Amino acid sequence: MDSNQGSLKSDLVVYVVILALACVQVFLLKGHLFAMLSVAVVQAILAVFFFMHLGSEKPTLRLALIPGTLFVLVMMNMIWADSFRLMTMKPFAK
Amino acid sequence: MSEADLSMGHGAGMMEARPFSIPSKKLVMWLFIISDACTFGAMLFAYGYIKNAAPDWPRPFESASILNALFMTLILVTSSLTVLMAVRAAKEGNKSKAIQMTFVTIVLGLAFAGLHLKEWFGLIGEGVRLFQNPWGAPLFGASFFAITGLHLAHVVSGAIALLVVVLGYKRGRYNSDDLEIWSLYWHFVDLVWMFVVPMVYLMNVKA
Repeated sequence: MDSNQGSLKSDLVVYVVILALACVQVFLLKGHLFAMLSVAVVQAILAVFFFMHLGSEKPTLRLALIPGTLFVLVMMNMIWADSFRLMTMKPFAK
Repeated sequence: MSEADLSMGHGAGMMEARPFSIPSKKLVMWLFIISDACTFGAMLFAYGYIKNAAPDWPRPFESASILNALFMTLILVTSSLTVLMAVRAAKEGNKSKAIQMTFVTIVLGLAFAGLHLKEWFGLIGEGVRLFQNPWGAPLFGASFFAITGLHLAHVVSGAIALLVVVLGYKRGRYNSDDLEIWSLYWHFVDLVWMFVVPMVYLMNVKA
C-alpha cells in the first residue's frame, strides 16, 4: 500500500483546491443548487481519488465500487417527479 | 492440509489471492463507505423531496451561520490533510509523528463537533424543534437535525475510532494499515460534508 500514498505536495494542492471550491460555493454560487452540487461533485472526486487514493488502487476495485454506487444514487432521482407533482395537489394546488 | 494449519496461516500459499490486491479489512471499509454513501444519499434526496414539496420552506441561515459552516469546512478538510500526514508518517515508520498527527485530527474533529453543536443550540434557541419552527414548514427541524445529526454522529464516532486505533498503534497492537483504513472513513465523513453544506445551509440563506 506504500506506493499509493502520493506526495505531500500533491495532497496540499488538492487540499487548497477543495477549500477554494468551498469558497466558490459560498461566495459566488450561493443559492444556485445545480452549480453548487456540481462543485461538490468535483470536490468529492478529488477527495476520493487523491485523499482516499482510489485512483491508485486496481481498476477492478474502482469498477466494483463506483458504477454500483452511482447507479443507486442516480436511481434515487426518480423521486423528483413525485415531489413536483405534490406542488399541484391539495392542499397546495392553486 | 489440516484445518489447524490453515488457521495458523501455514496454508497462506495455497489460499486464494486477496480480492483486488488489498487487505480484506480495507475492502470491508470500502464496502461500508459505499453503503453509507447510499444512506446519506437517501437522506439528502428525502430532504430535497420535502423541501421541494413545501411551499413555505424556511430560510433561517444568516451570513454568520454560513461563515460558521465555511469555518467548519476548513476544519474538516484540514483534518483530512492531517490524517493523510499521519498515515504517511506511519508508513515511513515515524511513529511519534503519526501519533501526533492523528491526535491533531481528533482534536479538529472535536472542534468541528463543538461548532456543530453551537449551530444546533442557536437554532434551538430560536425555537426550532423537530416538528415545529417559527418560520414555516414544520419538517424543516426534523430534516435539518436528522441530516446534520447523522453527520455529527459520524464525526464523533470517527474521532473515537481514530483514538482507539492510534492508542492501539502506540502499543503495537495496530499497524499503519489500520490507520490508513480508518483514514478512509475520515475522508468519507469530510466528503459527505461537501454535499451537506450546499443542500442544507447554502440553499436556506435568509433573503
